Amino acid sequence: MKTFRKGGIHPEENKLAHNTKLEEFPIQEKAVLYASQHLGAPAVVQVQKGDKVKVGQLLAKGEAFVSANLHSPYSGTVSKVEPAADLSGMKKPAIFIDVEGDEWEESIDRTPELKKEITLSPAEIIAKIKEMGIVGLGGACFPTHVKLSVPEGKKVEYLIINAAECEPYISIDNRILLERTEEFLTGTCVLRKALQLEKVHVGIEENKVEAIARLKELAANYPGVVVEVLKTKYPQGAEKQLINSITGREVPSGRLPLDVGCIVCNVSTTLAVYEAVQKNRPLIGQYMTFSGKSVTTPHNLYVRYGTPVQSLIEYCGGLPEDTGKVICGGPMMGRAMANLNVWTNKGFSSLLVINRKEAKRMEPQNCIRCGKCVEACPMGLEPYLLSANAKLNRWDETEKHHIMDCIECGCCQFSCPSYRPLLDLIRLGKNKTGGIIRARQQKK
Amino acid sequence: MDLLNVSGSPHVHSRESVKKIMWTVVIALLPTFAVSILSFGFDAVKLTLIAVASCLLFEWLIQKFLLKKPCSISDGSAVITGMLLAFNVPSNLPWWIMVIGALVAIGIAKMPFGGLGNNLFNPALVGRVSLLISFPQQMTTWPMPRPWFSHAAVDATTGATPLGMIKTGLAQGKDMGELMNQLPSYAQMLLGEQGGSLGEVAAIAIIIGGLFMLFRKVISWHIPVSFIATAFVFATILHAANPALYIPGSYHILCGGLLLGAVFMATDMVTSPMSGWGKIVFGCGCGLLTIIIRVWGAYPEGVSFAILLMNAVVPLLNKAFPPKRFGVTK
Repeated sequence: MKTFRKGGIHPEENKLAHNTKLEEFPIQEKAVLYASQHLGAPAVVQVQKGDKVKVGQLLAKGEAFVSANLHSPYSGTVSKVEPAADLSGMKKPAIFIDVEGDEWEESIDRTPELKKEITLSPAEIIAKIKEMGIVGLGGACFPTHVKLSVPEGKKVEYLIINAAECEPYISIDNRILLERTEEFLTGTCVLRKALQLEKVHVGIEENKVEAIARLKELAANYPGVVVEVLKTKYPQGAEKQLINSITGREVPSGRLPLDVGCIVCNVSTTLAVYEAVQKNRPLIGQYMTFSGKSVTTPHNLYVRYGTPVQSLIEYCGGLPEDTGKVICGGPMMGRAMANLNVWTNKGFSSLLVINRKEAKRMEPQNCIRCGKCVEACPMGLEPYLLSANAKLNRWDETEKHHIMDCIECGCCQFSCPSYRPLLDLIRLGKNKTGGIIRARQQKK
Repeated sequence: MDLLNVSGSPHVHSRESVKKIMWTVVIALLPTFAVSILSFGFDAVKLTLIAVASCLLFEWLIQKFLLKKPCSISDGSAVITGMLLAFNVPSNLPWWIMVIGALVAIGIAKMPFGGLGNNLFNPALVGRVSLLISFPQQMTTWPMPRPWFSHAAVDATTGATPLGMIKTGLAQGKDMGELMNQLPSYAQMLLGEQGGSLGEVAAIAIIIGGLFMLFRKVISWHIPVSFIATAFVFATILHAANPALYIPGSYHILCGGLLLGAVFMATDMVTSPMSGWGKIVFGCGCGLLTIIIRVWGAYPEGVSFAILLMNAVVPLLNKAFPPKRFGVTK
């Protein structure tokens, strides 16, 4: 069984929504869209108060190269354009829409038929992906057209689709692979064509038995698709680990996947690429899992961006009695929400409810030097040492011990029997060390 | 609604804890304890209880009155120190010497460094070695274990440990082949019919405890395997070179405190290296030093000294053998 070279853990899988069918979340009366929902230069707002918009109409334009367009997921009237708090409480420019009906741009193909034949050329595919505002939906929201535009001198050898879904609870990749298999597979072919490659490798953890069977059955009709079954081990879906599992290559410290000839895209992104290129549909929403141990019925929902999180929670039966923490993203890498009065955006792949018992952090104790953090770290770092140095503000030491290589997967803190806040301190250390390194580079 | 918790990721934990680890070690020590009771009777129970109770008491006293820190004796680490200390002494040791050993272990080797996790040396071994140096007479008089389930009085006979017999035998100019006939057989050593400390007489009980800890992932294979393998290889080479002077490697493994040391003492998390290679080098060093001390040293047994010496270089080993970084080639 293929897996990455070092470290990793086995958290409780808790895939409670594994068998829950995908469903569409109903349209809401009010929507709020953060103007920039991607990594890179902010997008420029194209509408103003009083404008009528249709579903799929451009709301904000990504003018810089590393930026992304934003389209309206709803039809209605723009009521205001002003800053709104995002899930970490920061105010960001946002477009408020009063929803009226559900009127779509005519150019969008809304029929359910599969469109398998790819007519666009590689350059046209990438241009289409840019136009439709596709970003990486695995969490980083990096604009996909940038990822696919391979700079001169670099060569892509592997296109990898990340279907590992190694985070506990989250089940959307699994459901997409089961229910929208052909569209997903066509999406992989679109990406393959854009990069002019022979093959596309789909990396999937062995615990998704049904999805693997379905993929293997249908992949026969899609030449070039290779299903790579991987060991169920967190963080199998971390980009560097996935590349290592499938190709045996290691992305050098401080470099990008492209430096070892790899490009990785996630399942939701691939589906979005299919819809953009084949159906002319901009990225206006995505699938997400609503789950938690105390949640009576978990959901896998298609949610349009700009949907109030509060109404999502209400739709799913409200927060359980013993809610201690609400997380956007997975329990290992997701962000705890300080404010539920926010709206969904690109990359919002799950809403998890952690009960009070699990949400409570235990009191940290002395490090007993057991080495479990060292054993668990998939990057071969020494988390006990990095956190101790970060606590003492020794930034030259943290740099020397490769703190910037930390992928923040959380394996160390998960494993620590002394409940030490290892990743909290390492994150602080990364922030400070990164700042020092950048300042030094600027001086040069 | 109550306020929501907000913190950095990860939001779940393995629920592993220091307490669980420590109590797992205590459970792993129980087979050894059982054999020591079978072999040495009530003395084994008495000494172990005295050692554990004094370790707990000293830790509590030091935390309450000297350090003024919250009490942590329930973490189980002092229980392990007490048990290991008792397992490293002869069964007829006077109780007050045992208490002194506990005071040294907890009061000198553990708490002054900042308690659990901060000590450089294994507390039980520091306790044991200071007793050996301070009370050489009492620490080297070994009641012979009785055959299991017999009603014979335990302290009817005292004798030497196999290693002691070898040391004195060779000093008297005897040949190793001749000595081997007087030494206990392999089967006797596996089951605990040899002279020695409470916890070191039965190899089989130590191995069971070790496998349990391995299964529960409290220890890794690196240290026990490299420790035992190095000692075995080194002793076997010596034996091959001159069988009249050196006992076989397999005999070295089963006699004395080598197994107890390799499984329970050298594997102490606090005083052993972090990375796999660090652990292997640490184990090799322990094995090498043990045989060197046993064969050429003044003392017949060298496990305690070997582990303590290697404890001292652990910080260097951590520096010299970091884990292999992902994506870094040198």
